[in-house]
Amino acid sequence: MESYKGVWIIAEQWEGALKPVSFELLARARGLADKLGEPLSAVLLGYNVRRVARELIYHGADRVYLVDHPSLAQFDPDPCANCLERLVREERPSIIVAAATTSGRTLMPILAARLHTGLTADCTELDIEEETGLLLQTRPAIGGNVMATIKTPCHRPQLATVRPRSCRPSPRDTSRNGEVVAKRYPDEVFASRFKLLGFRKLEEKVGVEEADVVVAAGKGIGSPSNLNWVYELAALLGGAVGASRAVVDLGWLPYPHQVGLSGKTVSPRLYIACGISGAIQHLAGMRGSELVIAINKDPRAQIFKVADLGVVGDLAEILPRLVQRLREFRSDAGGEGA
Amino acid sequence: MRIVVLVKYVPDTDEIKIDPATGTMVREGIPGIINPLDLYAVEEALRLREDYGGETLALSMGPLAAEGALRETLSMGVDRAVLLTDRRFAGSDTWATARALSMAVRHLGDFDLVLCGERATDGETGQVGPEVGAMLGIPVVTYVSRIEEVCPVEGGAGQIRCERLTEEGYQLVETALPALLTVVKEINEPRLPTFRGKLAARRAEIQHLTADDLGLPSGETGLQGSPTRVVKVFYPSLARDTEMVYEPPERAVERILAFLEEHSLT
Ligand SMILES: Cc1cc2nc3c(=O)[nH]c(=O)nc-3n(C[C@H](O)[C@H](O)[C@H](O)COP(=O)(O)OP(=O)(O)OC[C@H]3O[C@@H](n4cnc5c(N)ncnc54)[C@H](O)[C@@H]3O)c2cc1C
Ligand SMILES: Nc1ncnc2c1ncn2[C@@H]1O[C@H](COP(=O)(O)O)[C@@H](O)[C@H]1O
Repeated sequence: MESYKGVWIIAEQWEGALKPVSFELLARARGLADKLGEPLSAVLLGYNVRRVARELIYHGADRVYLVDHPSLAQFDPDPCANCLERLVREERPSIIVAAATTSGRTLMPILAARLHTGLTADCTELDIEEETGLLLQTRPAIGGNVMATIKTPCHRPQLATVRPRSCRPSPRDTSRNGEVVAKRYPDEVFASRFKLLGFRKLEEKVGVEEADVVVAAGKGIGSPSNLNWVYELAALLGGAVGASRAVVDLGWLPYPHQVGLSGKTVSPRLYIACGISGAIQHLAGMRGSELVIAINKDPRAQIFKVADLGVVGDLAEILPRLVQRLREFRSDAGGEGA
Repeated sequence: MRIVVLVKYVPDTDEIKIDPATGTMVREGIPGIINPLDLYAVEEALRLREDYGGETLALSMGPLAAEGALRETLSMGVDRAVLLTDRRFAGSDTWATARALSMAVRHLGDFDLVLCGERATDGETGQVGPEVGAMLGIPVVTYVSRIEEVCPVEGGAGQIRCERLTEEGYQLVETALPALLTVVKEINEPRLPTFRGKLAARRAEIQHLTADDLGLPSGETGLQGSPTRVVKVFYPSLARDTEMVYEPPERAVERILAFLEEHSLT
């Protein structure tokens, strides 16, 4: 086990550009590597991504393992898992941290199964245990009502995923140095049992998981036409629109908007809950938000328990006025040449 | 087609209450239910059987009480149910759970598809499905939102084409059978059990399997066979210091704006 050294993150890219979550992973893993006194490496799998590899060094990596191949252009679990497995067996890292995205949550379990090691999903906190140098992985369970700290004492590497937006990305520093190690593998490593036949981009970018601000609609919004105000408010704050399950079940918004136990988990800087009662299953998806504003006409609504600002009132009166006032505010700011 | 659906028995979150004094969860005496997200996998299996014929089998690993979850799948129309139950499975993490489930799937004969829920509402890892697939050495397609076409071939060969829901959009994927799919809520609307289904489910026999039946050595089951260890459990408090605003709309809106400004969010 002593032969396993170093901390890795799995960088994510989309159409050749690095996703911001890569820099969040670097921010988290940098602290772990420093505590251990071991190097931090980023693994970058993709096609025509060589030119962005340096960015990972500027954001905190000491080394980048680059595999650049046409079969890695789109996410395909076969070549990705094959490359990663080869890399791990060659380089023997002690810790690998990936993003809890649809690809990270697919790749990491496959890797854990193949390497026979532990994997902890959706960690909100990662730390190194002083005496042992083991990775301490803290994660919520049962809808965030319980927190558990987990270790992988006797298997390597120690694998963890963390949710996107659960920490700030590391800053860019172009004076940082590091090496880019390009790996070449034989064709069979890139073989796949999958045919990727097409891709249909979401017509509307929902993006609740990545947004800085989420304005979420509950059943208290009253009717689908009132969603306009929610959309406007989200647009004015540069945010995305979320929904409770009740709203999705009514067909007022499609499922990708749903926040909660059976929907998405979000942790934006600001969450505005509009007409949401605050059922425990809903709270499970949003209680990690930095700031919460709740608007509800029922002063006893449970949502107020998790709110920083709780506004008791009728949405039909508050939302249009809020949108109007924000617009005025914007045009004032615009007048100052912003 | 032969389809195995993996279903988990989880605590019913609807019954979980928050202690108003401490803001923590009250867990005592919470009944168990079938993992709600697994109902979508069960429904999809039933629809595939309706379209392509064959057999559906529900498999769960858990305590005896997990029979309840399996009976629910039977009452929806699943043909057979198998419960992996053994004290030796206690304390299994996702690796050990996947190991046992994958051995059980193999034990139960040839199959074309294994269907799983996206994740369980208790552990919420979403790891067991892909781990089972990887251990079985079959293709894994996660976050499936639609099955477009299946071309099953006698003896477990054939192909499946389906769409998976990712952050950026829907990826259309084709792969060989047998395969393992994890499905998202968008895929269908689960049916309710019928009265006759419920009656039949009550009488149906549920096959039990133990670690020995699967030839699993003790080093590979339960806590002993789990690479991870839980070293601490704590209950975070829900509550925040809430500033309540009971003002008429004009004043309430001004307070919201001020709040946004205080936090440089405007
Ligand atoms: C297994 C399981 C999983 C679940 N998963 C999820 C999940 O992922 N996400 C989720 O959200 N839910 C989930 N739920 C459902 C959850 O229990 C609640 O039913 C749901 O969150 C309620 O949505 P809501 O708050 O929009 O509606 P309601 O509970 O109906 O609340 C509406 C609120 O709006 C307020 N209101 C009404 N009119 C106005 C007005 N004019 N102005 C201001 N306020 C007004 C009311 O006071 C009320 O508080 C799940 C349930 C189960 C059993
Ligand atoms: N003990 C279990 N028995 C049967 N299926 C399970 C079990 N645990 C997990 N699964 C399956 O794996 C999926 C993901 O579960 P999890 O990894 O616990 O979030 C579930 O939706 C089930 O389909």
